[in-house]
Amino acid sequence: MTVQLSRRTFLKTASATASTTLLVGFNSSKLLAAGSEYAEFTPFVRITGDGTVTAIIKHFECGQGVVAGLSTLIAEELNLSLDDIKVDFAPANAQKYANLFFGNVQGTGGSTAMANSFMQYRTAGAAAREMLISAAAEEWGVSPGKVTLADGQLSSGGNSAPIGDFVAAASQRDVPAKPSLKDASEFMLIGNPNTTRPDSTPKTDGTAQYAMDVHLDGQVVAVMLRSPRFGGTLASMDDSGAKEVPGFIHAVVSPMGNAAIVYAQNTWAAFQSRDAISAEWDFSNADNRSADQIKADLLAAVNREAEFDAKGTPSIAAEGLENAAQVITREFYLPYLAHAPMEPLTCTIAPTETGVIIYDGCQMPTAAQGALSAVLQIPQENVEVKTLYAGGSFGRRSTPTADYHVEAALAFAFNGGQTPVKLVWSREDDLRGGYYRPATAHKVSIGLDEDGRIVGWDHRMTGKPIFKGSLWESFMVQNGVDNSTVEGSRDTLYNIKGHYVGVTDEKTPVSVNWWRSVGHSHTAYVMESMMDLAAEAAGQDPVEYRLSYLDSDSPDHDRLTAVLKLAASKSGWGNPLPEGRYRGVAAHKSFGTYVAEVVEISGNVEDGVVIEKVTCAVDCGIPVNPDVITAQMESGIGYGLGHVMRNEITFSDGEVDQWNFPDYEPLRIHDIKAIETHIVPSTAQPTGVGEPSTPPSGPALANAIAAMGVRVTHLPMTANGVYFN
Amino acid sequence: MVTNLTINGQKHEVDVPEWTPLLWVIRDDLKLTGTKFGCGIAYCGACTVHVDGQPVRSCQTYVEDVVDTDITTIEGVGSDVSKAVQQSWKELNVAQCGYCQSGQIMSAISLLTENPKPTVDEIDSFMWGNVCRCATYQRIRAAIQSASDILEG
Repeated sequence: MTVQLSRRTFLKTASATASTTLLVGFNSSKLLAAGSEYAEFTPFVRITGDGTVTAIIKHFECGQGVVAGLSTLIAEELNLSLDDIKVDFAPANAQKYANLFFGNVQGTGGSTAMANSFMQYRTAGAAAREMLISAAAEEWGVSPGKVTLADGQLSSGGNSAPIGDFVAAASQRDVPAKPSLKDASEFMLIGNPNTTRPDSTPKTDGTAQYAMDVHLDGQVVAVMLRSPRFGGTLASMDDSGAKEVPGFIHAVVSPMGNAAIVYAQNTWAAFQSRDAISAEWDFSNADNRSADQIKADLLAAVNREAEFDAKGTPSIAAEGLENAAQVITREFYLPYLAHAPMEPLTCTIAPTETGVIIYDGCQMPTAAQGALSAVLQIPQENVEVKTLYAGGSFGRRSTPTADYHVEAALAFAFNGGQTPVKLVWSREDDLRGGYYRPATAHKVSIGLDEDGRIVGWDHRMTGKPIFKGSLWESFMVQNGVDNSTVEGSRDTLYNIKGHYVGVTDEKTPVSVNWWRSVGHSHTAYVMESMMDLAAEAAGQDPVEYRLSYLDSDSPDHDRLTAVLKLAASKSGWGNPLPEGRYRGVAAHKSFGTYVAEVVEISGNVEDGVVIEKVTCAVDCGIPVNPDVITAQMESGIGYGLGHVMRNEITFSDGEVDQWNFPDYEPLRIHDIKAIETHIVPSTAQPTGVGEPSTPPSGPALANAIAAMGVRVTHLPMTANGVYFN
Repeated sequence: MVTNLTINGQKHEVDVPEWTPLLWVIRDDLKLTGTKFGCGIAYCGACTVHVDGQPVRSCQTYVEDVVDTDITTIEGVGSDVSKAVQQSWKELNVAQCGYCQSGQIMSAISLLTENPKPTVDEIDSFMWGNVCRCATYQRIRAAIQSASDILEG
């Protein structure tokens, strides 16, 4: 394979190609002829002649439970047990498998998997049911209404046959566009709390296949030697040391200019070889600041007039603040954070007859396809994507630049394009390689009248925008305001009088990315800390105070009200606590889902705080898999609390200070004693659960610690005077 | 250097430098991929295997140190304890992304083999070294207690 491209043309083609896929809409596949091995009844249901039903999952599974969720929908409409349905990940094909909320992109993010698939997958399952029933009805000479389907068996009067017998005939029938869906009263699986995840078995016996587990004949392993500072370029390198390492193959300078690509026969040899290479870097265009300077610069930015107005104008807040009986002002700093999924980033690219195949825990298959197509200069349709289980993501397996897919494509091309190349990141690469949750600073001033009611709220924030300059800019950036920075603040459900939100962009080559709950991960901390401060200043109960800012005639507000009341009652809010116990509350809507949490703690900030219990209430519409919802609440709470407690990415002269988990201490088993989740029954369309429990967790803990007497506004807590046991 | 290793009851002859971590022999040479690479510095537990019945972090165990030992990976477990642990793990839907769970399960098997009725504090202190970024800890704790109940009969 010949690779002739400059960095500039490569970047241009990468972004152009990735954006040109068209969405044709729902398009049922042509059915295979009778006698074929299997039939695809719709793009989402495959049934083989032996009656095996397979749900084709268009989203990647990074732990959020989408395999359980989407197979539940198919099994429900086919009256199948969840144990009797197999699952397979969809190939990259935006015409069939686009995320219905993402336009022409097949991908997972923003807690949309269940929300965008709910009707689509039920319809697919119901269509397959109707096709099987009508085929049997015709054969048996009865009306379709007389045929039933359950547990893989078609029956009518004295006739009975396994579905496999009718796969060929059924697959010849037209796919009904509007099959009748089961009534909620007939649900056996949707809403059932006692189902087992289909991915539990392979994830319990070690057989689940992740991208890190791919071994192809003749493959070589590539690792990147990246600039230790963001914006640095490789001036020169000496690989003579690597030549002593058994298994080292060669090293080349990446055309991106910021790294070398190191090839070896296996993973260990690749790591050893990289360590043996000495490199000189040019840092003239790098961000060479240290953490203190970055923090000072961000805090200075929120003490100036904002660059863009995201909601209202400064004058509407100023008016309220001038006439206020009291004004509360706080500055917040929330650091850069790494996603640190358990499986470090990796993917493998191999040649095929017409192009390439990529094996990946692929979060955005059509974006990966576009990136490989652009780098390798082959048509997008000749890039095959094989999605495997992803060992976590939290947003990291998709970036605006498809960063590791581009690295893998370059590594493949610069090794000659004829041999499978597996790109592997180490944990050090993961923590030091960028694409962080942006560091942000906020300054909020709230004016209260004599009754403690809010009359003005001036909120200025700064951070590096995520969407600006990306393919998503036209959707997510308006009037200079990147929604990823301000979401969760300007769209707060609280009725705040004189609410102003202004934003200033941070400019730095440090790469940033969406991180579990994106903007909500910092705005909720600020909003819910400030609401608590306002309640305290007003001398009112924090739950009652919040409720008083929610309308009783708005369904949207009602749902936040309901979770707040539920979390309060289940946590015993208002009941006296034993000596030495403290509670804090927070509530937040994100990604269409409403979550309230009460954190109960003991101990003290000097000797160590103990998180005794988190009580969570969630309204995510129809609870499809209650146990998956509960698991995601637990997961999002743990993720949120762990980072708020003790994680940050910092810099010394532009270099990341953290190397591995000891410097980025993960949440561990003893850190949270108990989490209790309560799900609000609902008939509303389902919304996502992967992210929404993260935003309120941090401020609920902060509010509990404030009840101990210490208000933490700079994170992480352990770097600001609070210790944990 | 040619080294003989006994893994899951089978003898393997591998030709690797003696300072190669056991993890990479298991994964890259023997293609037993249930054992995972998480941090490479024995700080996350994803690579946990049993050497002569004891849990070790295979990323910081060198092949020269495990010659003439019995090594067991997730693919080779089969004791009553391991069956109870895996059954409980499935029943309680512990796994989310699942990447750390082989290591969690190997540690849990060691704990229950050594201490069939651990308290919550004993579970927390034994399992401290196994990181789960999905934070499935509450279910890990419950699954260990459930497996303990199964074994008690």
